[in-house]
Amino acid sequence: MHALEKILAAASDRSSVSPGEIVNAKVSMAGVNDLYLQVIKSFRAMGGSRVREPSRVVFFLDHYAPAPTIQSAANQKVMREFAREQGIPHLFDINTGVCHQVLLEAGLILPGDLLVITDSHTTTHGALGAYGTGVGATDLASILVSGEIWLRCPEIVRIDLEGCVSPGTMAKDLVLYVLGRVGADGAINQAIEYTGSAVEQLPLEERMVLCNMAVEMGAETSYIVPSPEIIAYLRRLAPSREFQVPETSPGYQYAEVKWFSVAGLEPQVAVPHSVDTVMPVAGVPDTPVDQGFIGTCTGGRLHDLEVAARILRGRQVSPRCRLVLIPASSRVMLEAVKCGILQDLLTAGATISTPGCGPCLGAHQGVLAPGETCVSTSSRNFPGRMGSTEAAIYLASPATVAASMVTGRLTDPREFLFGTDACL
Amino acid sequence: MLRGKTYKFGDNIDTDQIYPGRYLELTEPGEIAGRAMAGCRAGFTAVFETGGIIVGGRNFGCGSSREHAAIALKHLGVAAVVAESFARIFFRNAINLGLPAIRCPGITAAVHEGDLIEVDVVTGSVVNLSQGGRELRGEKLPQFVLAILAHGGIIPMWQQRLR
Repeated sequence: MHALEKILAAASDRSSVSPGEIVNAKVSMAGVNDLYLQVIKSFRAMGGSRVREPSRVVFFLDHYAPAPTIQSAANQKVMREFAREQGIPHLFDINTGVCHQVLLEAGLILPGDLLVITDSHTTTHGALGAYGTGVGATDLASILVSGEIWLRCPEIVRIDLEGCVSPGTMAKDLVLYVLGRVGADGAINQAIEYTGSAVEQLPLEERMVLCNMAVEMGAETSYIVPSPEIIAYLRRLAPSREFQVPETSPGYQYAEVKWFSVAGLEPQVAVPHSVDTVMPVAGVPDTPVDQGFIGTCTGGRLHDLEVAARILRGRQVSPRCRLVLIPASSRVMLEAVKCGILQDLLTAGATISTPGCGPCLGAHQGVLAPGETCVSTSSRNFPGRMGSTEAAIYLASPATVAASMVTGRLTDPREFLFGTDACL
Repeated sequence: MLRGKTYKFGDNIDTDQIYPGRYLELTEPGEIAGRAMAGCRAGFTAVFETGGIIVGGRNFGCGSSREHAAIALKHLGVAAVVAESFARIFFRNAINLGLPAIRCPGITAAVHEGDLIEVDVVTGSVVNLSQGGRELRGEKLPQFVLAILAHGGIIPMWQQRLR
């Protein structure tokens, strides 16, 4: 069995599971974010009165942090009251950040866990050796009622990325490149495991980007075998919890293996309005940019901010555009303050907003006007995703966004990176 | 057996197009339904006739996990969604709400906007009554999923279990 199948088998109290089987699985942690008052409504409609296992439930107020409207404030108020009334110990309020980052920081997700959140990017946690998957509100309500969820065991596809990652190229470039070849529907109902020398070189933050974007290929979940360094880091985050890293059985037969050479890969960009229309940044015709956005569960971690600062330090955001910068979490923001990154970015002219999801989903903090163009470290460039359906979104790495802010046009970051600075 | 007029959409209709993010704070099904397809076809709810069937291309409902997308279609009165393929979370959301979602390769080429089609949710068969009764074999839903649909979704299913 694959490590992911072992997680599913253990969660459903079976000796084995195989692709296509539907199982009722016990969830290690279930998460609800503030877009989903419907979770509580469905829970009540089902006849639920007490949450089955409050300690395995977590609320996140991250998509509307802080609340931009009366309605979103009212929804958050109901969620806080529900968590209190149900004795749910974990509620990450508007002062914490995006769910996928704060869960990691809190040491609440560990290898072998089955994590279900009302957020499609829950695939991110595969980088920790967990089985993470996103669901809708009513699905999540059934977990509140029963502690379990029905899942169909996915086929597992291996995506092997080989070669030395070039200076100026980040995990975001790798995953955009893969997405361009696999397609937005290339892995529907499948799980993606990333392997290969290019993946092994990556730190946890960058591995999370690969797993995060697996859902943009339609994947149910994603996985990367955690390195000894990552395991040691997770043990430090959660010293009181024992965990075992599930291991894929030798000789496991993947449904498919896709092999990509990424040696010498140039910075990539997904052009409007599809995540899988991908090309090298240098190959895009001259594109003036109105807004840059660095942030989200895809591209708002300390490493992302640090790379942006390397490019923007001593330079200025072009007067023809604006840079919205939103750290993925308050802890990321604090670290960025401590090491001077935030000062550098502010000095360069960035607009800094509260940690959370920001304008990624078009809710607030930097939505786009008709006719505007944004280059973003986020994960989706669908029509209207960040505001007007007549706006254009280019998805790129934090390095590409930062470089584009200096010139005011979509720009290959390698123009701004020299010597040791170039190794991202 | 469901019979309805078709409303046809293309490939990769994501949930931002089905239900734009700026309306996510809404919680009343009626209000949510009023924004169905607002991101890809303005004025859709004004022309849609109750009982209509959405025909989608590949990867229908990709992107965000927002249940609002399925709630909007269900409460607008959509009888079923038939598509070349579905994104996983949208599929689950639709089924959980009791909205049949049938995967039917070839549906895009076989249906014109406004055609009257008949969908057998149990067998997956789709017949285009406007095109001389041409039949397509959609994918048969697993028994587990059909049981959820038979209950009218997982909310009634849990209501029954918790009673």
